[in-house]
Amino acid sequence: MPLSERHSAARELRAGVTAVLPLLIGVAPFGLIYGVLARSTGLPAAMGQAMSLLVFAGASQFLAVGLIGTGAPWPILLVTTAIINLRHLVYSASLAPHMRPLRPLWKWVLAFLTVDEVYALAISRYQRPPAGGIGEAHWYYLGAGITLWTSWQSSTAVGIYLGAKVPAAWGLDFTLALTFIGLLVPALTDRASRTAAATAGIVAVLSWGLPLKLGLVVAAASGIVAGMLVERGFAAARTTGGTSPGS
Amino acid sequence: MSSPALWLTIIAMGLITYGLRVSMIILFGRVAMPEVLRRALRFVPPAVLAAIVLPELLLPGGTFALPPSNTRLVAGVVAAAVAWRTRNVFLTIGIGMVLLWVFQLI
Repeated sequence: MPLSERHSAARELRAGVTAVLPLLIGVAPFGLIYGVLARSTGLPAAMGQAMSLLVFAGASQFLAVGLIGTGAPWPILLVTTAIINLRHLVYSASLAPHMRPLRPLWKWVLAFLTVDEVYALAISRYQRPPAGGIGEAHWYYLGAGITLWTSWQSSTAVGIYLGAKVPAAWGLDFTLALTFIGLLVPALTDRASRTAAATAGIVAVLSWGLPLKLGLVVAAASGIVAGMLVERGFAAARTTGGTSPGS
Repeated sequence: MSSPALWLTIIAMGLITYGLRVSMIILFGRVAMPEVLRRALRFVPPAVLAAIVLPELLLPGGTFALPPSNTRLVAGVVAAAVAWRTRNVFLTIGIGMVLLWVFQLI
């Protein structure tokens, strides 16, 4: 590659690393808590770390170690992983047109690094490239992705190390519920999402006794359908001039 | 699950997640995402999170329990109020854990 191009590639790579650094303040503690939780549910250290290396998706890893701790069978783990990571399909679709000129190896590598934070940075760089940096945004993407991946692996490792030393009486498994409360509550911004959450929560409690942890899947599906129905009710009410859904 | 089964499960989880990440980038232009899926996605986080949180709080250890014996429910409700007011996950975790420890001491 010509010198000027190499120069702008290096600059974009550095810009990506710099852009993701402030976000690590939020990511690293999550990695730490995940590591501690993985150990406190009895998952062997190597498996806890392998999940960070291979899955590299915080919420689904939290959920998986919680499920493994309660003895859920593998099909439930795979289904819940797919459900909770479905959003990556949207990221993938929204990045695809920008990545079309890239060689296949770039696509395979960058896709692997696309967690929420990296997606947010990459898509905004593609949509608003800096002057002179057009066509080099994939280096920015790579810089942000590798930095975040490295931070996730190291914070997980520290958490796994610490988790082995914390006695079970500390009840650190409760951080799973607390983490999810912290993510759930601020997301309840409208009636449809509140309905989705309430329905899923109630169904989950009522179907707790179902074998193979099937209750979780049934509850999540009910919640999603309930949310969509309420949303459609609103949309219908608006188009027909109604004042409230169901009126 | 046995250890080999757990290893295979973790690898499969990785493959599923990677498949979702890479799919549209590789298949771009050849498949469109169904509209119903796009609409459903918005409700995945609230539904899944609530489906995990509520049983954790109401059925600690797998049996239904109310306060005062169910200290996790109290700590969880306070943590939810903290989350609503501050929108800060780490503060939510911190206050929830401290409350749980305080209840254990009482």
